Amino acid sequence: MYGLKPDPCVLEVPDKYYSTGDYEKGVARWCPGCGDHSVLSAVQRLCQEKQLPPEKTVFVSGIGCSSRFPHYMKTYGFHGLHGRAFPVAEGVKFRRPDLNVFVVTGDGDCLSIGAGHWIHSIRYNMNLTVLLFDNQIYGMTKKQTSPTSPMGTISNTHPHGSVLPPINPVQSTLGVANVSFVAQTADWIPGHLYATIKAAHEHQGFSFVKIMMRCTKFLPEQAKQMVGDKEHMTLLQHPDGIEVDMATANLFKHTVQHDPKDINKAREYSEDPDMFYLGLYYQDKTAPRYDLYGAHNLGATPEQKLQVLEEEFDKFAV
Amino acid sequence: MSGQSTTTAGPVPATRERTTLSEHIVEIVSDSGEGAQKAGQSFGAISAKMGNGVWTVEIIPSDIQPPPRTKESASGIRIRIGSGVVSNAGDEANIVVAFNEIAPYSRIEQGAYQKGTKILLESMWASHDDEEVRENYARAVADFKRLGFEVYEIPMQEECLKVVPDARRGKNMWVLGLLCQLYNRDIEIAADQIRHTFRKKSQQVVDVNLQLLQGGFEWAGKHLDFLYDLPPTLGEIDQVVMNGNEALSLGVIASGIEVCSMYPITPATSASHHLAECFERAGGLVHQAEDEIAAIGFAIGSSYSGKPAVTITSGPGLALKTEFIGLAVMAEVPLVIIDVQRGGPSTGMPTKVEQSDLLAVLYGQPGDTPKIVLAPSTIEECFQFVILARQIAEAFRTPVFVLTDSNLATGVQPFARPKPRKEWFAPPIDQSPWPQGLNPYEWEPSNGISKRPIPGQRGGEFTVTGLNHNKEGRVSYLPEVNQRSSTMRSRKLAAFARTLKPPRIHGDDQGDLLVVGWGSTRGAIEEAVDRARAEGIAVSSLHLRFMSPFEPELKQIFSRFKNVVTAEINYSDAVDDEFVPAEHRRYAQLAWVLRARTLVDIGCFSNVHGQPMRPKSILDAIRTITQPQNA
Ligand SMILES: Cc1ncc(C[n+]2csc(CCOP(=O)(O)OP(=O)(O)O)c2C)c(N)n1
Ligand SMILES: [Mg+2]
Repeated sequence: MYGLKPDPCVLEVPDKYYSTGDYEKGVARWCPGCGDHSVLSAVQRLCQEKQLPPEKTVFVSGIGCSSRFPHYMKTYGFHGLHGRAFPVAEGVKFRRPDLNVFVVTGDGDCLSIGAGHWIHSIRYNMNLTVLLFDNQIYGMTKKQTSPTSPMGTISNTHPHGSVLPPINPVQSTLGVANVSFVAQTADWIPGHLYATIKAAHEHQGFSFVKIMMRCTKFLPEQAKQMVGDKEHMTLLQHPDGIEVDMATANLFKHTVQHDPKDINKAREYSEDPDMFYLGLYYQDKTAPRYDLYGAHNLGATPEQKLQVLEEEFDKFAV
Repeated sequence: MSGQSTTTAGPVPATRERTTLSEHIVEIVSDSGEGAQKAGQSFGAISAKMGNGVWTVEIIPSDIQPPPRTKESASGIRIRIGSGVVSNAGDEANIVVAFNEIAPYSRIEQGAYQKGTKILLESMWASHDDEEVRENYARAVADFKRLGFEVYEIPMQEECLKVVPDARRGKNMWVLGLLCQLYNRDIEIAADQIRHTFRKKSQQVVDVNLQLLQGGFEWAGKHLDFLYDLPPTLGEIDQVVMNGNEALSLGVIASGIEVCSMYPITPATSASHHLAECFERAGGLVHQAEDEIAAIGFAIGSSYSGKPAVTITSGPGLALKTEFIGLAVMAEVPLVIIDVQRGGPSTGMPTKVEQSDLLAVLYGQPGDTPKIVLAPSTIEECFQFVILARQIAEAFRTPVFVLTDSNLATGVQPFARPKPRKEWFAPPIDQSPWPQGLNPYEWEPSNGISKRPIPGQRGGEFTVTGLNHNKEGRVSYLPEVNQRSSTMRSRKLAAFARTLKPPRIHGDDQGDLLVVGWGSTRGAIEEAVDRARAEGIAVSSLHLRFMSPFEPELKQIFSRFKNVVTAEINYSDAVDDEFVPAEHRRYAQLAWVLRARTLVDIGCFSNVHGQPMRPKSILDAIRTITQPQNA
């Protein structure tokens, strides 16, 4: 255990070709029709396309239906505490630049109990791919109001309808210092979902993807309504945005050109009460990254450590 | 006091007799910012260099910006020097150097002085422009005399002005000179110390301070009618002198830990301050998280990924970390957690000492969370135990706690310069392929230990979970699986306990009374026991360093004493409290655990004064407890 080995954090060229099956584990125990299934397929497809070595890929989650995700990936996984996926993922990434780290979190997990960590994780801007499964309800604990439940949502904690306006995660994320990538997609538009997760993974920094999810079990009416509603959905398009194929683009009734460098316009779209915009709201490739700081002094030799200790002992010597 | 003028300099006249001491306690008290602490630290370092035992501890003002010349603004330092090893801050001070007449009051309230304590008082206030100040001064001198202190009025300001234009800066070095004369310190070593302290300043600054040192030294030689000698007996060995938090910090580097993830909290923070200065050059980093929950989560993530981590905190932060501690136990993630205890509950007394997190650490998490807990009892052990903690954490795949307290955090003591070894740095990370077919929790039945896959290891892919899981790491709520995994996590403690030796007894291994302590009280307890034994009392003491699991054979050891009591700085109901029926008495924390462990009727002596325990108060307790047997 204490053998002296050189620091192993070096990128390796994969010597094996992975199929999607190499990333699949077990049978996902989500309800039939739950949006989580489609994200799982999209992520497995991404891993395969990018040929991410399973041993170098870590899925970190909190607690909730959505946070079960890592159990269905044949990679490393960390299914931790409710609301605390971000700190764990940050700790994993801090000194392991060689690992591909994904964060899977729910609307309660990220925006309620984990809200403090969420805000700070945006600011740390570490190279993490963050998937917010926003089903607007607490699924795991059986239908309590979530911070994103629309006002008036009937739930077990608000049987007469929820009484507060919801948090808007895209808007809030865009308001945090050092934000570097914000996108929105929906679980029922697979082409867009895949393209968005792929763009998020390719972004070198904290990529925040809010995924609009159906909860067919607890909010079936809403799920049906969302899927059928083309009137209130607009595709954001731009050469620097998220590229989707024609078939996917054709699913949208409305499209708009949006430069992801324009944060003011991004905020404006995020605040539109009558419209959901899917695509890349904002991207800043130059925002300072805390994981680069974390990796900047890796690999100190035992001799260097000894030298620092001896220098310190000299300072304290009598 | 003689009132002669000071015209000639020179050594103390040969006729002056020096009283030889075996130990003494000096306090320098002032308004904050007058350099009392620097003078005291230098005095301690000079004495350590000469081969004396030393313990210094800072006296910290209770407010951040207290108005000057108030009780709240009193700051300073206590230095206890001895011919031999000094293990604690001791009882009442013998000598107090006071830069104003108000500073001693708060110390008097805390019982830090006694009849006969000599107060060397700055006399400039006697002739101050402000009549109120003059009156205050006169009243204080009268108070001090009435309380039985011996007051020596000393023209510090006047003397310093002969060397510097602004005596407020510089008085401390003049006082250092005075103390060096008073205790027969080697003036050359003192001068070297000044050169070392001001090594980053200009030659002019060094020279001025040397002049001040010399000034104080000579003045005392001519004017003090009492002088001491404190012959050193420890000889010259390679030593370092630092406080417990600095020792923790260096322990972190020496242990091979690469990440210290923390959120600022008194009195733990200064460990991270020191670490932040030098860790980076040694390939490590301090992460200041957004809160204590994030701090431990980050550390767990780091350790999980094969980069050893520590999180350092104090009581309120420990409370926030609770859920993650449970996860680290459940998921079997190695981790070092350092708790520098302070007064509690809640925000409590941030700068004061208490040992009241023991039960919280042992039992503070919901569910069964067996873990290993170490408690250093000296500054040197603060250094060593971090190294030990990381090794145990990885060998047993579990969180390991190191419990210190603000007495250790701020206490300064010399110890033999450590000789770090390269093996201590070895990373746990193993990136060779995971043995085929081996489970992520392949518990060895005899000790609960299993090999841990680390991201990057091909074939070891599995999902850590805080849900109950079987040896394959898969979630399971089956009765026998939960029983089994709980047993395996618990078994690690039994296995670790088998590696421990019975604790050493200070004194005879049988007698009327055994005093049991843990943590920073060791020096005071052993000193009290030595004094009691000199009085003929059949008392011994035992100091625990492993709080979970305990060192073995405690019950057998206890059975050889008529009485066993713990001495601890945490709350217990007084044994004679008229409002507390005996069966409802609440015991001190270690006493609770030892009673449960050994079924021995163990008593306790404890208080929550927020002060280090003094040998004298323990001695009094020993006398009281053993009295009926002596009578
Ligand atoms: C500290 C803590 N509080 C509460 C819970 C109970 N709990 C589990 S999941 C959950 C809500 C999950 O909702 P969300 O994050 O939206 O995920 P979903 O199930 O909808 O995917 C709650 C409250 C918990 N596990 N831990
Ligand atoms: Mg939800």
